[in-house]
Amino acid sequence: MLAVIGTIPEEDFPLVEGKVILEKDSIRIGERQVPVSRGTPALLAAAIKVCEVLNLPLPYGYLIGDIGMGRGSRRLYEYLVKNLPSNSSAVITFHYLQPDVDLHNKVLFAVEEMASRPILIADAGFMYAAKMSGESEAYDLFTPDAGELAFLADEEAPHPFYTRGFILHDEMRIPDLITRAYDYNNAARYLLVKGSRDHIASRQGVHAVIDSPADEAMEAIGGTGDTLTGIVSALIFSGLEVLDAAVLGARINRIAGHYACPTPASQVSDVIAHIPEAMEEVLEGKKKRYEKSCL
Amino acid sequence: MFFKKKESRSPAVKENKKVGIRGILVFENTSEVIRAENLLKSKGWKIRVMGPPPEIRSGCDLVIEFPLIEELSILRALKEADVPPLQVVPVNSPLLLPVDIFHHRDFGRYLMVRAANMKLTVDKETQLIVNVSGGGCPDVPYLAREMVGKTLTDAPAPREIGHTLCGYALQLAYEEAKRKCLQS
Repeated sequence: MLAVIGTIPEEDFPLVEGKVILEKDSIRIGERQVPVSRGTPALLAAAIKVCEVLNLPLPYGYLIGDIGMGRGSRRLYEYLVKNLPSNSSAVITFHYLQPDVDLHNKVLFAVEEMASRPILIADAGFMYAAKMSGESEAYDLFTPDAGELAFLADEEAPHPFYTRGFILHDEMRIPDLITRAYDYNNAARYLLVKGSRDHIASRQGVHAVIDSPADEAMEAIGGTGDTLTGIVSALIFSGLEVLDAAVLGARINRIAGHYACPTPASQVSDVIAHIPEAMEEVLEGKKKRYEKSCL
Repeated sequence: MFFKKKESRSPAVKENKKVGIRGILVFENTSEVIRAENLLKSKGWKIRVMGPPPEIRSGCDLVIEFPLIEELSILRALKEADVPPLQVVPVNSPLLLPVDIFHHRDFGRYLMVRAANMKLTVDKETQLIVNVSGGGCPDVPYLAREMVGKTLTDAPAPREIGHTLCGYALQLAYEEAKRKCLQS
């Protein structure tokens, strides 16, 4: 099972778990429907698209409402502490949760009690908590953007908001920042650094750089990092090694974005709709149609 | 140039050498920090929002640095406004400075402003906020939902409806976008 753990931007959304399905531009879990705009719903929608193409079981969500007060996140952390030891997920992706070091550590202890250790992926707020707790190495994959990589590389910063000025969020310095993040043990087994060029790295260095197709507008579109994490999560769930899944996922996300002919005003649902044809192109080696013009 | 990157530095952030004569106010959550900051600034106190020292750091935190000499009157004002702090602590070591560098990316019709990990993109012709991206705290999708599709003047300010450091960073990007788009 691929478990996705995150929040919904509605204050009164209850704690729900269950199989998540995609219906047009909304995800559905149980009786609840949520529009796919960005955040965890966008991650789930992208993962569902991949699972559908590969005939995999659909992702299983653990979701709760939180608009930033942290109450929903804390309830979900506590639920996970209680219920993860009996969980049998092969892959768990942690996403938008309010960072909380103490509760993060309790969740990690609960994971260690599982009968079989799942592959652990962390993005967004949960990745912040993992780094702050000093437990980054317990994870198989982090998916930061350039600003978040600078935060991982700054051994003193408790949040990207406090990354020290001498550690610049400069995409030209990404290999140096990756090295620094590993030197201070603040990186997962693999890093997928999302940006105008996607870097896939480990403690051994940068393994791959994916930079085409290049659509600069993708950086402005909220949720394109979430879709990448969702695609890679589902590819890992399909049985691919983390490194291979990250490389293929980066290509799929870029090609899906390219097919959407993105502008800075495009929405992430436009990108998600093109994931199946991007997968067909990457996984089946179809001709490079993405070189077509959007004009 | 089509993709032009610029950087500028916020005037609000100066050097951090006030150890011993400043104190910090610690609140239950970031939204209370933002409410207290609005109140104290509106009354003219010279305060700054900063990162907490490691010994009281728990997660997504902000604190307010203030002149210790004014502790009593500040506490009275906060109590009257129903935002009393959890703790008042003297500053014994340098506090973390918030990120103060803005990145601008000009896409022609659109301008993207980044502050820390948050990005706000505006249609320069209509002042419409077309996208919010970046950030990992749970109020980011909520803030995006409330702001995207509204103009810079009609959209709610992140400091009014946000609750976390990501929301605070988005406020900085929002203010910078207003400086860039509404003054021209």
